Amino acid sequence: MSLLKPGHRGCAGCCDALAGKFVLDAIGEDCIVVSPTGCLEVFTTPYPESAWGVPWIHSLFENAAAVASGVEAALKSLGKKNNTKVIAIGGDGATLDIGLQAISGAFERGHDFTYICVDNEAYMNTGIQRSGATPLYASTTTSPAGKVSFGNPLHKKNMPAIIAAHGSPYVATASIAYAPDMMKKVKKATEIKGPTYVHVHAPCCTGWKFESSKTIEVGRLAVETALWPLYEMENGVVTNVRKLKNRKPVEEYLKMQGRFKHLFTMEGGLEEIKKIQAIADWNVKHFGLE
Amino acid sequence: MRKSMVVVEGSYAVAHAVKVCKPNVISAYPITPQTHIVEDLAQFAADGEMNCEYMNVESEFSAISALIGASAAGARTYSSTTSQGLALMHEALFNASGMRLPIVMTVVNRALSAPINIWNDQQDSISQRDTGWIQLYAEDVQEAADMTPQLYKLAENEDILLPAMSCMDGFILSHVYEPVILLEQSLTDEFLPAYNPEFVLDPKNPMSFGAFADPSTYTEFRYKQEKAMGVALGKIEEIANEFKDIYGRYYGGLIDGYVLDDAEIVIMAMGSVIGTIKDTIDVLRSEGESVGLLKVRSFRPFPRDAIRAALKNAKVVITLDKNISIGKNEGALCTEVKACLYNTDTRVPVIGFMLGHGGRDIPISMIKKLINKAKLVEKGIFVESEYADLREDLA
Ligand SMILES: Cc1ncc(C[n+]2csc(CCOP(=O)(O)OP(=O)(O)O)c2C)c(N)n1
Ligand code: SF4
Ligand SMILES: [Mg+2]
Repeated sequence: MSLLKPGHRGCAGCCDALAGKFVLDAIGEDCIVVSPTGCLEVFTTPYPESAWGVPWIHSLFENAAAVASGVEAALKSLGKKNNTKVIAIGGDGATLDIGLQAISGAFERGHDFTYICVDNEAYMNTGIQRSGATPLYASTTTSPAGKVSFGNPLHKKNMPAIIAAHGSPYVATASIAYAPDMMKKVKKATEIKGPTYVHVHAPCCTGWKFESSKTIEVGRLAVETALWPLYEMENGVVTNVRKLKNRKPVEEYLKMQGRFKHLFTMEGGLEEIKKIQAIADWNVKHFGLE
Repeated sequence: MRKSMVVVEGSYAVAHAVKVCKPNVISAYPITPQTHIVEDLAQFAADGEMNCEYMNVESEFSAISALIGASAAGARTYSSTTSQGLALMHEALFNASGMRLPIVMTVVNRALSAPINIWNDQQDSISQRDTGWIQLYAEDVQEAADMTPQLYKLAENEDILLPAMSCMDGFILSHVYEPVILLEQSLTDEFLPAYNPEFVLDPKNPMSFGAFADPSTYTEFRYKQEKAMGVALGKIEEIANEFKDIYGRYYGGLIDGYVLDDAEIVIMAMGSVIGTIKDTIDVLRSEGESVGLLKVRSFRPFPRDAIRAALKNAKVVITLDKNISIGKNEGALCTEVKACLYNTDTRVPVIGFMLGHGGRDIPISMIKKLINKAKLVEKGIFVESEYADLREDLA
């Protein structure tokens, strides 16, 4: 049985549950996990139950990296660090927005820990509000599409680059739709000494509005359209990318999701999709995906 | 001056006390007037005098958050802050007490902004009253230093397991040079046992900390925190006495009286102003006045029964508050003392005076003035609560 036990309260087809399971499958028992507030935290620990088969702590929404750094410092001070991995698993809101300062501090201090961002591209736990990871033109409850709006007007923040700029020895992107690749990267991140980072793309059926059986399919399309490039960076340099053979147009990804539906129905929507295609094209060029 | 005494800065005495308590993890962020404590600790660490992880974090919020993680992982932890820094910690303070993590922190009391002011009052710690932390207030530097091992012993008691603040007045105590006895390592080792918590983050015995509690269970978590405070109420006195047996010093447990028993007018206060009040009382007693002092050492847990008993012979009570609840025109000590007497037969008038805010000096002449005001109560002139030291030209 996985170390993330069944019986939790995640939605059917939940991306966060898959992400949590893959992380623990990759690392094994000898770890301590810190979760900020968010879907994964809430649905795994309805007191007195807990789905976590490893030691786990939730403190607040914005302090997981600081808590993890304290755990690591304590293990070191008590002579108990040995091989124990300290892991923070945070949502995109906890990571790119409210917890960014604590993450910056922890990476600067150089703690031996791995921060995993499970990016479902909005605040799902509180009802699908936009975050700094919400992509251009996604409709969320706080960036809804409307008569004069195509949805979220801002671009997704480039979090891996921010972490790389801190001098992290290992930064990788991954997707729950590519489980073996994701697990390999998580394992590698935990084996490298120092603060390491894995940013996991995680399609949320509830928030993105697609069939709960399509989580993996949507995740694959994000990669196949080059909207979510898979790469590894070591000491700030891109050392590995997943090449694309038959790149698909972004429409194929967008049309599967209710959050982009308005782009296909509103006047001028198709024109705006070109801006999303441009993001994919930039990724291809920047990371040499083809 | 006793032979074993040295003249050091208040901050140094506290930092030294922290050192002999052997914390495993220290995490703090500099803010005036707390800086000297953390600088002295950094120097101890740099000189190899402490076997601990000293974390230079990027904010007070991360300072306390890191200690939440460290404490849950089994470490003895320490931080210090004040004013804006303590306010920034606010959310995490509830979290630390809710998770029953016995973190110890020195709060070097300072006013809150705006207007920004770096000097002493107690608005900062009083504003954290309901966060579930134990709060003791020190009268002088020696007491502030001695409070540190006392608080570790209290907080780490397995029937308590609550975080604790040792509150000392900024500048007045933190920056004063006073003769003190630095805490001996050998006595501290005897007084304070090693910290061996039962519940820790450990891969060999996985447990979940900080779960989600719904309406069917939440209340009992909070109730158990309150119960633990009740245990602390009894232990504070006991630990103060154990401290006396080993180190030979005593400052009272929950409260302390000074020529109190026969006093008709009783002044109540917390922190460094106690010294000024004692000096004032000495003068007034020599002039035949019936004035006494009731020092409140423990504000949380609030020693209701002890205060009721101590005030049973009083005719008038004066409370001094270096804080205000704006909109109530009253300081916290005043409100709480009144409330604790309400359901008793002790129906003495309680007059609240707010003073010494933002570092305004409290001279002996001011204490005398307040006592004179209290005497007027017999003639029926009654002040509910007021600022005692307003500048009329600005007010
Ligand atoms: C200080 C604070 N502000 C707001 C919240 C409310 N809140 C809880 S979880 C959450 C969103 C979580 O989003 P994310 O980190 O992306 O995780 P997800 O639920 O999407 O997996 C918010 C806004 C909070 N708990 N604390
Ligand atoms: S809203 Fe999304 S992330 Fe949250 S439990 Fe449901 S599927 Fe999982
Ligand atoms: Mg999210």
